[in-house]
Amino acid sequence: MFQLIMNIISLWALPAIIIIILTLGLGRKVPLYETFTDGAKDGFKVAINIIPYLVAIIIGISMFRASGIIEMLARSLNPILAHFNIPADTIPIMFVRSLSGSAALGVFSDIAHNLGPNEYATKVAAVMVGSSETTFYVLAVYFGAVGISKLRYALIVGLLADLIGIVAAVSVCNLMF
Amino acid sequence: MNYIFYFLIVISIIVGAINGKLNDVVNSILIGAELSVKVAFSLIGIMAFWLGMMKIADKCGLIVFISKIIKPITKRLFNEIPENSPAIGDIAMSFSANAFGLANAATPIGIKAMEELQKNNIDKTSASNAMCMFLAMSTAGFQLVPATVIAVLIGIGYKNPTEIIAPTLLVTSITFLSAIIMARIFQKFWKPQFPNKEDK
Repeated sequence: MFQLIMNIISLWALPAIIIIILTLGLGRKVPLYETFTDGAKDGFKVAINIIPYLVAIIIGISMFRASGIIEMLARSLNPILAHFNIPADTIPIMFVRSLSGSAALGVFSDIAHNLGPNEYATKVAAVMVGSSETTFYVLAVYFGAVGISKLRYALIVGLLADLIGIVAAVSVCNLMF
Repeated sequence: MNYIFYFLIVISIIVGAINGKLNDVVNSILIGAELSVKVAFSLIGIMAFWLGMMKIADKCGLIVFISKIIKPITKRLFNEIPENSPAIGDIAMSFSANAFGLANAATPIGIKAMEELQKNNIDKTSASNAMCMFLAMSTAGFQLVPATVIAVLIGIGYKNPTEIIAPTLLVTSITFLSAIIMARIFQKFWKPQFPNKEDK
């Protein structure tokens, strides 16, 4: 039942928002077409504006990933984490998920395909990936769009929240599976 | 940001050299550069669409209406933003888009919210408290159903993929709440912003 409701919501959320906006606009006599195109004009500008910020962040992250540092960290952390019943296979996800969403999903598919559906690590990995958002990407895009370069405490809070998310994922899985 | 930038690149080169992967690291500059432009260009169309939609939503009073509904919450979270600012409505829209897993709507709307927050920012080069709070909410990535993860699980023949929803929801809620609380705590102790003379 819960799943059915969720499926309907995911399917209809977008169309419903669009219908509501357009119908309200028509009802309030807003010139729909002109207003839409007027707003849409900024799309190009914003996308171009974020390029320098994206280049800086994405190049930094892809170099970081190519260097093999994540595997090194995973190897050195393994003995400590094993102590807390954290599967070694999920360690790369902990680092990757703040850096790149597609990479995190890639690592997760890897784990899922290699270990199969019944493995505890698959479940932990699923919860870790499902409950995360790519902190660095959001930061670069959102702040880049308005030209902010001094982050103040934004990144620290984002990364601390990621850390709490990892701890929470491990603890919740320990309790539930 | 200066240190992060330096750290990411210099450490990568050094570690890459130690691991004998220096070639990969250098190649990844080109790959990353291409990827960032690809990401930006792939945003143009969907960005234009949602900015257009949001403009209509703005003109017909929907954004203001949403802002009013969630005012009791946002008044506490974004205490430095004027109560009738359109930023509040945008933030609510972006948050809902995230919650429903509509990433391609959440990003454009989130950027628009940032632009509104920037109008109330006293130093245009540094992040205001409201921006840090909004970013904390966005990077915590509150999502009701992790659709892509479930798709992968179905792909490997996981018998009951929806059993992942409840723990994920619990974890994402914990992360989301702690992100908000931490943003609030940091706001108190972090050095406040000063107006930047160049902006005047």
